[in-house]
Amino acid sequence: MTSIFSPTQPVLVSDTPLLARLLISRVCAGFPSPAEDLGAQRIDLTQVLITHPQATFLLRASGHSMVQAGIFDNDILVVNRAMTPRHRHIVVAVVDGEFTVKRLYQLGGRVKLQAANPTYPDIVPHDGQTLEVWGVVTACIKQFIA
Amino acid sequence: MYALIDGNNFYVSCERVFRPSLAGHPVVVLSNNDGCAIARSNEAKALGIAMGAPWFEIEHLAKSAGLVALSANFALYGDMSDRMMSLAAGLGPAQEIYSIDESFIDLAGVRGCLADRSFKVRARILDWIGIPCCVGMGATKTLAKLANHIAKTAERKPGSYPAGLAQVCNLAELTPAARNEVLAATAVSEVWGVGRRLTAQLKESGVHTALDLARLDPAMVRRRWSVVLERTVRELQGMPCIELDLAPARKQEIACTRSFGHPVTDLMDLSQAVTEFASRAAHTLRRQGSLTNQVLVFVRTSPFRQAPQYSRSISMPIRRPSADTGVIVAAALRGLRAIYRPGYQLTKAGVMLLELQPTTVQQAELDLGRSEVPERSERGRLMTAMDELNQRYGRGTVHMASGGLAGNPKAWAMKQERLTPGYTTCWADMPVVRA
Repeated sequence: MTSIFSPTQPVLVSDTPLLARLLISRVCAGFPSPAEDLGAQRIDLTQVLITHPQATFLLRASGHSMVQAGIFDNDILVVNRAMTPRHRHIVVAVVDGEFTVKRLYQLGGRVKLQAANPTYPDIVPHDGQTLEVWGVVTACIKQFIA
Repeated sequence: MYALIDGNNFYVSCERVFRPSLAGHPVVVLSNNDGCAIARSNEAKALGIAMGAPWFEIEHLAKSAGLVALSANFALYGDMSDRMMSLAAGLGPAQEIYSIDESFIDLAGVRGCLADRSFKVRARILDWIGIPCCVGMGATKTLAKLANHIAKTAERKPGSYPAGLAQVCNLAELTPAARNEVLAATAVSEVWGVGRRLTAQLKESGVHTALDLARLDPAMVRRRWSVVLERTVRELQGMPCIELDLAPARKQEIACTRSFGHPVTDLMDLSQAVTEFASRAAHTLRRQGSLTNQVLVFVRTSPFRQAPQYSRSISMPIRRPSADTGVIVAAALRGLRAIYRPGYQLTKAGVMLLELQPTTVQQAELDLGRSEVPERSERGRLMTAMDELNQRYGRGTVHMASGGLAGNPKAWAMKQERLTPGYTTCWADMPVVRA
């Protein structure tokens, strides 16, 4: 008994002549591109800005409370919900059912939201009010020409 | 071992991610045309709103109980589903996406405590995406689905099942006595594949609970009912009969039917609607790589209105199998003209593509006389270009002229008075955050 799947012996698959076509048959004249082997990919912005695609959402900022942090009216915020919010992170929080973007202050058991504009007061949760952080702002996109 | 992971009140949960103020309020999502409730928050369920309750019957609750109703926003739900499914896939090596909010996971070869793992995946979906889920596990898909029902019910109605089964329930981990107890506490109608009619028949034979059904003799069930129910019984007994369906089969028929926002009497308006339905169906047909041989078109009045009733359908054969929007729309419009009668308040129409076949199989034929359409390959390229343009610039950018001009008000357009924005799918609809 011979098995056609025996790995130790080469087996003739078919004794009829076979017309083999070249699958890759590009014949180029001229000097081969020296960049061909590098396989470099063009920089992809989304790859850099969005590390957790399932957990990343885009939100549009409206207002001036974060100007000193570089967030202006109408900027696009990249918000990552996969990150654990830490002290000094800029976060999107839910205050009274509304989204607000502020800097998170979380030190010594005290939690509050700070604006990056001296004309806006801090938001300190009063008794019984919970402060829900919706996501961490990881980038801010400004379009000069839309 | 299998797991079924599914989002709780999925459509409502999606809406709440972007409108946190809806938390704690009774919320329902309405079907196309704002007809009836297709998703309910726990608060809405507590108000006694049934699945599929017509809006006009529950509308008074908006004033008396603060009920919020939203039009179905399928663009949003589709994107959130996609995000959820890709995290749910982390539970095990193979995944079957069963519906927009449910997926089966094959747990074969997964080591460690399955409940711990499920709680972790559940927490990740809740943190990353904002959708609460429940996970059910069992030796078969039917048991996993049942376990999921138990996990959900135990969470929503404390006391219905042991509290330890809330959110994540692994039937395989229970002692036989404990498992029998939860199966006995579950109505037979909750078993996967047991519908309303079967429930009634089973009850007549004294089968009331999932446990009763599991204790039947499979051979008897096969004789008395069907092979399908026999399979369900065996699955309940822990013998896998239904495998994970990893490659969804091609659809055997494709339908696009809609109720109109307002009754339509005019042939012109109907033609526009039928053109749009046929175009959508043709697009779906091309996406799955099929051709159609028959185009069915139907129109009908509403059985709920006190007006003369009319309902007709006609099936139009196509000379050569095709996936060409032009050919399909032309056939649908010919059919429509044949069945149209003036004077009826039509409320629904639809187009169905029947007798589908893969693009790869084609009947060769002699070229007798001039062919009625240009070269097939040329039309194929046109369709590809059209699909690409509509993909890039939005649906309806390029369409058949008989569909009416964009921007003209359409008498038949769907009622979506409470539609929320396409938060994650449309640049202009991005959620706004106060700075």
